[in-house]
Amino acid sequence: MRNIKVVFKRELAGYFATPLAYVFLVIFLILTGVFTFYLGGFFEREQADLQPFFAFHPWLYLFLIPALSMRLWAEERKSGTVELLLTLPLSMTQAVTGKFLAAWCFTAIALALTFPIWITVNYLGTPDNGVIFTGYLGSLLMAGAYLAIGACISAVTRNQVIAFVVSVTVCLGFVLAGFPAVLDVFAGWAPQALIDTVSSFSFLTHYQGMSRGIIDLRDVIFFGSLIACFLAANALIVDLKKAD
Amino acid sequence: MIEIEHLSRHFGSLIAVDDVSFEVGRGEVLGFLGPNGAGKSTTMKMLTGFLAPTSGFARVCGVEVAESPIEAKSHIGYLPEGAPLYGDMTPAEFLSFVAEARGLANGMRQNQIDEAVSRLQLESVLNQRIETLSKGFKRRVGLAQAILHDPDVLILDEPTDGLDPNQKHQVRSLIRAMAKEKAIVLSTHILEEVDAVCTRAIIIAEGTIRFDGTPEELRARSPEGKLDEVFREITTAPAAN
Repeated sequence: MRNIKVVFKRELAGYFATPLAYVFLVIFLILTGVFTFYLGGFFEREQADLQPFFAFHPWLYLFLIPALSMRLWAEERKSGTVELLLTLPLSMTQAVTGKFLAAWCFTAIALALTFPIWITVNYLGTPDNGVIFTGYLGSLLMAGAYLAIGACISAVTRNQVIAFVVSVTVCLGFVLAGFPAVLDVFAGWAPQALIDTVSSFSFLTHYQGMSRGIIDLRDVIFFGSLIACFLAANALIVDLKKAD
Repeated sequence: MIEIEHLSRHFGSLIAVDDVSFEVGRGEVLGFLGPNGAGKSTTMKMLTGFLAPTSGFARVCGVEVAESPIEAKSHIGYLPEGAPLYGDMTPAEFLSFVAEARGLANGMRQNQIDEAVSRLQLESVLNQRIETLSKGFKRRVGLAQAILHDPDVLILDEPTDGLDPNQKHQVRSLIRAMAKEKAIVLSTHILEEVDAVCTRAIIIAEGTIRFDGTPEELRARSPEGKLDEVFREITTAPAAN
């Protein structure tokens, strides 16, 4: 636990040591605003909820989260510091977990900074704050899944741009898993069971319930186990790629 | 302090290190010599627990590295090749990160950092970002990180590479000053370095040990006493077996 904290602290400070953190936060906040008010029609709907705000998170995360996760391991491998990190008396699990938690905590900060929109909706009407809270939790959980995928892919390459592009593509696959764009690839040759499995991996489906205030244990388990699986793969890849 | 037995490492079909065995005791400074690609760095990476050996094993202070890597790593101070550092941190932040990761007790931490900082004369750059420092300072930050926890075993991969003559001299004096109570392995392709700091030299080529002895014995192999001639002769000769 103490070791995880040490890695976590360094990694989180690393975000703020470069302009990355501030650029990310500003752009995230501007885009959530644009999406909510213009594309989501926040005022036109005349409803006291944050549906238009939460509905766009899967799309916003699609290209913003890989920008956060791409550096996690690719940069360490490129600069050689991975050798330094892994010859400190830490376990691989601690290093992987610490880094992931730092990135996750950073997205939590970004999400928390959207509080003005919560104030706005409370000022204009009387929304169900329980639903909004659940929406935030669901969004954070989904962000964790994006991050775990991104962290894992970032361990495969030394090149941050490749890590970014591949992460966006893989995440897009998960977002669209329940839609024809992905399912048509399998339709016609794969058994129905496989098609159902693929479509059950859709981020949108699992997130939808929570963004409307319904906590379904299955959705929580889905995102939680997805994070665990990708972090385990992440540790394995870092271990295998040390020799290159 | 360091025991390496029948250590081998293959990368696919390439045999980087082939059945290497040696021991290093307290007070010894072992110079690890060899042409580029001879297997020096790979041996050091296995010794520090970064890479797992294909076969054989390495023991540090009686602890087998592959079996209990975390305990073994706590006995080792390591300067990886090229002295990689987190460029976005300052030396002060970086050293306190390493001190925390090394689990140094809270009260001791600042003392240990101060000690390493003064030994490597880093006071003037403590609060500058590492990526803005000169190569010499970067190398010294790397060395400070390696000696921070006063380890029994020091593994230094090309510690003086790219330094100017004064800085080389400084680093060598530091190594000599620490030699008595530690076991030190350093790799280099600078032959005078062996004369200057090492009590023993191992020459490795194509993954196998070609020479193991004192610098004097190495010199005695050449009629004119020229180290680079001996080096060339040993490393270009086909393997004995």
